[in-house]
Amino acid sequence: MPPTTEIVEHKIETSADGSLRAYLRSIGAIVWKDLAAEFRSRELIGAMLVFAALVILIFNFALELDIRTRETVTSGVLWVTFAFAGTLGLNRSMAIEKDRGCLDGLLLAPVDRSAIYFGKAIGNLFFMLIVEAIILPMYSVLYNVNLFQPGLILVILLGSIGYTAVGTLLASMAVQARTRDMLLPILLFPVLIPLLLAAVKASNGFLQGFEMAEIMPWINVMIAYDVIFIAVAFMVFDFVVEE
Amino acid sequence: MIKVRRLVKTFGPKPVLRGLDFQVGQGEFVALLGPNGAGKTTFLRILATLSRPKMGEVIVAGHHLPAEAAAVRRRLGVVSHQPLLYGDLSAEQNLRFYSWMYGVGDLEQRIDEVLHLVGLYPRRRDLVREFSRGMQQRLAIARAILHRPDILLFDEPHTGLDQEAAAMLDQVLREIASAGRTVVMTSHDISRAADLADRVDILSRGVITASESTDALDPIQLTELYRSVTRV
Repeated sequence: MPPTTEIVEHKIETSADGSLRAYLRSIGAIVWKDLAAEFRSRELIGAMLVFAALVILIFNFALELDIRTRETVTSGVLWVTFAFAGTLGLNRSMAIEKDRGCLDGLLLAPVDRSAIYFGKAIGNLFFMLIVEAIILPMYSVLYNVNLFQPGLILVILLGSIGYTAVGTLLASMAVQARTRDMLLPILLFPVLIPLLLAAVKASNGFLQGFEMAEIMPWINVMIAYDVIFIAVAFMVFDFVVEE
Repeated sequence: MIKVRRLVKTFGPKPVLRGLDFQVGQGEFVALLGPNGAGKTTFLRILATLSRPKMGEVIVAGHHLPAEAAAVRRRLGVVSHQPLLYGDLSAEQNLRFYSWMYGVGDLEQRIDEVLHLVGLYPRRRDLVREFSRGMQQRLAIARAILHRPDILLFDEPHTGLDQEAAAMLDQVLREIASAGRTVVMTSHDISRAADLADRVDILSRGVITASESTDALDPIQLTELYRSVTRV
């Protein structure tokens, strides 16, 4: 693999050659295509939503807890639900590209391939946020916990960005394998540990009413994780999808 | 238009292309014949910038591969045995999506134009997953020529088509070739290749073993040549 500076320079040149507008147009086209296909089939959001709702229901019956204990387990249950439901979405999102050879269609387009990554990642983030927006009120009702706190919403947003940044990259890698459904969680969850740990800690902090000074380090970890993995994906996506 | 010298490609320890030499002039239609596993699809994927060669020189439209892949992709249209189309989008939506990806200027007019060319204009609002294999293949051609490429690569485009759909595809291929585009098509069908192409190259065990003008040989002679150079 060429050195990092060379990759970034090459990408900037390619983007400049095709103009930033063309780069952004390609990202927009991929997001539009994913949303249009999903709103027609409703396969991806439907599967994620049903799975997430079932996980929450199972936890609700499995953990017959008092209100105080419920508050302490909420962040863990929430993030386990999002992480598991998210893998279904990521797998489906890349399977659509593999079906009928569409990934080749994307790779043949005269744009820097990082545009494909960003298009897919933004689409995946959008689907994840829709599922979270439906799951949060459901959880609030079932567990009798107020989840509508600006701080918690920020944590969920940062966590979802990191999750889709890493997930889209690894799903692009796993989709090449025959065992992609099994491979994605095996690759994804170990890499997600720092993000999930920080997300659970920060969410718990907001739900328990901790001081901001105690929560901020975890939020900083999430921001750093998001920035690092978006940058890594921008640089390596070309090599991940290459034959 | 396409110049390939001593091209080598391996998958792990297994060599697929073993020092292949190949050349196509502007506006030429070349059919690439060869048995299964000869390396036809791998070769076409390298020309299409979808796969990296291990060794050798590949120049497409004056640009070196893989270094200038983005510039080459702008000049290429590719049709493979898979349609590269989204089943949950309509024919028109698929073409609109690819028009944005390729930066096609006169988008709506161009989409209507290519849909008329492949005879799918009346079905433009139907979902691709409801299309027959032949219709999907015709729409794949519309997708490939949408951005007016100079070079078209067809990887066994007749696979899985019935007689009628294959004849319709031949008609579209003739129209594309008569517009002065450079075409490279892989095929197993010797008589069809002889009928459509200006030249036939035979690929066997990773190298071009014969190259003949279709004016010089009739399909029977071509079949004999094919048998003689692909015999193990």
